[in-house]
Amino acid sequence: MPSEATSPEMPDVDRERRAALVATFAVGGAGCAAAAVPYIASWGPSEREKAAGSPVDVDISSLPPGKMQVAEWRGKPIWILRRTPEMVAGLRQDTERLADPESKRNAYPTPEYVMRDPATRSIKPEVLVLIGICTHLGCSPNGPFPAGENVQLGEDAGFVCPCHGSTFDLAGRVFKNKPAADNLAVPPYRYLSDNLIRIGEDTKA
Amino acid sequence: MGLHETRYRGLLGWFDSRMPSVMNAFRDHMSEYYAPKNFNFWYFFGSLALVVLVIQLVSGAFLAMHYKPDAASAFYSVEFIMREVAGGWFIRYMHSTGASFFFIVVYLHIFRGMLYGSYKKPREIVWLVGSCIFLALMAESFFGYLLPWGQMSFWGAQVIINLFDSIPVIGPDLSTWIRGDFVIGDATLNRFFAMHTMMIPTILMGLMGAHIFALHDVGSNNPDGIEIKDHLGPDGKPLDGIPFHPYYTVHDMYGIAVFLIAFFAVVFFAPEMGGVFLEGNNFIPADPFQTPLHIAPLWYFTPYYSILRATTAGFLIWIALGVAGYGVLMYLSVRTMGTRIAIAAATAVLLALLVGPTHLDAKLWGVALMGLSTTILFGLPWLDRSPVRSMRFRPAWHRAVLGIFIVAFFVLGVLGMMPPSPGRTVVSQICTGLYFGYFALMPWWSRMGSFLPVPERIRFAAH
Repeated sequence: MPSEATSPEMPDVDRERRAALVATFAVGGAGCAAAAVPYIASWGPSEREKAAGSPVDVDISSLPPGKMQVAEWRGKPIWILRRTPEMVAGLRQDTERLADPESKRNAYPTPEYVMRDPATRSIKPEVLVLIGICTHLGCSPNGPFPAGENVQLGEDAGFVCPCHGSTFDLAGRVFKNKPAADNLAVPPYRYLSDNLIRIGEDTKA
Repeated sequence: MGLHETRYRGLLGWFDSRMPSVMNAFRDHMSEYYAPKNFNFWYFFGSLALVVLVIQLVSGAFLAMHYKPDAASAFYSVEFIMREVAGGWFIRYMHSTGASFFFIVVYLHIFRGMLYGSYKKPREIVWLVGSCIFLALMAESFFGYLLPWGQMSFWGAQVIINLFDSIPVIGPDLSTWIRGDFVIGDATLNRFFAMHTMMIPTILMGLMGAHIFALHDVGSNNPDGIEIKDHLGPDGKPLDGIPFHPYYTVHDMYGIAVFLIAFFAVVFFAPEMGGVFLEGNNFIPADPFQTPLHIAPLWYFTPYYSILRATTAGFLIWIALGVAGYGVLMYLSVRTMGTRIAIAAATAVLLALLVGPTHLDAKLWGVALMGLSTTILFGLPWLDRSPVRSMRFRPAWHRAVLGIFIVAFFVLGVLGMMPPSPGRTVVSQICTGLYFGYFALMPWWSRMGSFLPVPERIRFAAH
């Protein structure tokens, strides 16, 4: 309508049609919003991936003292370290340099049943079960290194994250002034028998 | 137009009298688009970016014909392309080299804008759309880098997605939603493939179109920073303008030829560029249980990555000092009481979040500063208060300020490729300060000093 395009004034509004238009757009907009829900939900973990979070059983009967075994749960590395009595004794010395020796921060809550002894963070003092993912940005730390064998750990024994240099002791507790603020997470786990650990499920479940 | 009058003879005339919009667009954007006649070296990079986009679209489409976005077979399908598909290595090296060249070209294109004030009125929308293109390009490259499913692909994506984890309250759910799993896996790879090949390229092409339309509405800036539309000839055409076609199409053809020599020199002789364009660790299949000893993002992300790493708990007090000083400076620079109260309140809130008793983690501040470092470009048209556009007519020390900014950007880039050490962290913290200082203090420094008189007409001597 070229003749009307030159007119600066709006033509009279047909209120009835305007109301019908507004109503149509409102309903259409709500429809679009509703249709967006399944699209956004489709990005969440699928049923198959949720099921993959089901527990795994690990046999540690052949794990010698001082050695570590790695299992997979929810696609994450689960470390099982059978600590020697000297390693456990080392955890009680000099907690001054640890950022959170009592595991009080709750970004990655430590299960209560491993907190009967905050130094070991485990059900059995010698068997440490941890998620081997750095709490900083998710790399997998290296280790365990004995005392004096790693430059970044210095005189301590423990784990070192290769990405940004966070260091952890043999209970997964982070040292002070490192990029990571939280101790390594302890997964839910329980003993099915003396040498069989179920990871991903605890006694509450 | 063409529907009623015959504008062309022969087949073109037949076509034009039925669909005149094609030749109308050609006239509007090519043969009757007047560009300043004094474009220099720096003005090649816009058209070169378009050339690289075409290279990426074509080589990417052909890679997708052999690539498998599946965690079990992705790494080996890339090796299959490299070793067994006829010409596959060539297509793949064009694509990987093209990614790095895209950033080289775009960085030089952005630098040109900063040098000649191309973002200043009335070209703000051109600049804003361009900044969106830059962000989309970073997203495109991030999604694409996971696809070879090597160690660097996997752990690089792991670190970047975990950045979202640090956002309070919604963080952990958000990062799980992005991954589609509790760890990076098949679901992540599959959606990154869709983003890299469908979503982002579509957005990128739309933005490129908007960038060019916005530019052609206001006309190109030039090294002298003068409006050519202020001096029109009797025919209504700018006296200092020449039609883009054929003058600049031929001119750019020359630039494209030189560019392709450099591009193919890399494709044929140094596709890995010593581990900078293709990292050594990415020739090892992704292993979720073993992080490589040293991980770093690709070179074009390292300046921002350095800013992320520089933000340690000890650096927060320095940021707080900077924020406090900046708050005072802003407070003293405004007159109205309401604005002053708002500035004081904002400064107090920031200080509380930086060094107060319940301050936010250094990790979250690192993420925030990294985000700010890439989005601060959007603010340039309003931060720059210089009365002239081009660096040519600004005080000589403005060039030194820009130079210091560029050096800081380079140092951050180099440090981001290296493993961290206490000394390097201090250097990257200083450079982080220079990076943000350049932009934050621009409203003050950009109008200081004595400016040279800007000539009426473009200074150009034909060779």
